[in-house]
Amino acid sequence: MGEAIVVTSGKGGVGKTTTSANLGTALALIGKKVCMVDTDIGLRNLDVVMGLENRIVYDLIDVAEGRCRLPQALIKDKRFEELYMLPAAQTKDKNDITPEQVTKIIEELKPDFDFVIIDCPAGIEQGFDNAVTGADQAIVVTTPEKAAVRDADRVIGILDKRGIHSPKLLINRIRPNLLKNGDMLEIDDICQVLAIDLIGIIPDDELVIRAANHGEPTVMNPNSRAAIAYRNVARRILGETVPLMQLEEKTGVFGRVKKFLRMG
Amino acid sequence: MSVKSAITIKGTKEGLIFLLDDQCDFVSLLDELHAKLDKHEQQLNGPMVHVFVKLGSRVLEEEDKEKIRSAIRRQGNFLVQSIESDPEVAEQKEEPLGLQTITGIIRSGQVVSHDGHLLLIGDVNPGGTILSTGDIFIMGALRGMAHAGCEGNENSIIAASLMTPTQLRIAEVISRPPEEWASADPLMEYAFLRNGAMEIDKLTHLHQHRKEAILFKGV
Repeated sequence: MGEAIVVTSGKGGVGKTTTSANLGTALALIGKKVCMVDTDIGLRNLDVVMGLENRIVYDLIDVAEGRCRLPQALIKDKRFEELYMLPAAQTKDKNDITPEQVTKIIEELKPDFDFVIIDCPAGIEQGFDNAVTGADQAIVVTTPEKAAVRDADRVIGILDKRGIHSPKLLINRIRPNLLKNGDMLEIDDICQVLAIDLIGIIPDDELVIRAANHGEPTVMNPNSRAAIAYRNVARRILGETVPLMQLEEKTGVFGRVKKFLRMG
Repeated sequence: MSVKSAITIKGTKEGLIFLLDDQCDFVSLLDELHAKLDKHEQQLNGPMVHVFVKLGSRVLEEEDKEKIRSAIRRQGNFLVQSIESDPEVAEQKEEPLGLQTITGIIRSGQVVSHDGHLLLIGDVNPGGTILSTGDIFIMGALRGMAHAGCEGNENSIIAASLMTPTQLRIAEVISRPPEEWASADPLMEYAFLRNGAMEIDKLTHLHQHRKEAILFKGV
């Protein structure tokens, strides 16, 4: 039986879809069988980031409404044998599906996969409910900005109410030079406010943007620092102990944060 | 007379004041009222007299007040102006507020409200709200909004291990740090009202403010 992990954030544009795509790919790279589910109905992006847009025939709503069987809607990745994705519908909206319908689909996927990665839409409305209800675990993505941390805090509170009591925190798009000048929130401070386990820090990397535009997840490129960071997160999800990435090699600004983290 | 009368009648410029005893039971009081009025029947003929009835601490239903009214009205020239109880004795006497302890993090969008004093073991994050009718003590960081004495108690205080709120309210007073006050060292501080304005001080100075005596034992 696999584990369903929802990638959520509250705020838009912090990198939920990028994280979903890269974590899914990184887990597949390690040899796990993974299915990514895009629940951002009406604004689907995961297929674009994965470069699978042109292969979509059926989508999540088609499965929910019984127009096709679940295996028919699954798209196999072009790079990995055991990586699949279930795309969202583009012509409908979030209210055209219920949390119960999504949960049923997730439950149907779990026995066949090691991990089901659910890409959650921004916001805390119906779309959020759709994505979260079927999940066993959550990764809350934030960036070192006040607004993003505030929304992450809100989402952690709501997740707690929905029965996901210890979500993991992923801090995305860290720019070491801004951190050094004190123009960005410190990682320590973010962890202190949010008070949940940190599962990874991802440095800001131009290669991520380039890769997304080419429909190729960053994780594939071993020269990208973000790729290594995502691979580390995947290893932590599997229970390995991997130290946090040193963002500033010379000075070791994050010496204090050198904690060893594990996914529960 | 061996038995102390339950009814005292006083004359004033406005009329007569009937002071009714508030300890004896109502039936015997009514009996005595009838007896007293019957006894003075002859003397009480004449021009219209206003009567004010004082019940002391006794609180009566409208029905019972009517019984008193009709008893006095039988005299013909008596006009009952008012039947009153002493207001102070009946109410007031506030119960001392209890202290409720809660643990957890109040996150953005969450609200905790409580009747009485509140002790939170945990943080209040930005966007989170904590309300209480009494004092608020936070063993943790106050980064969100706290409102003490939210029903108007101006003596309430807000204390926190780390005092970096987005807003503080005590009773009707709202204060926005750091525009209105800023502290160099926000550790172990409390907020209170002095002459209607919010002030912040070290928590160790609270005893001077409250002047509550502690009974020390030992030498």
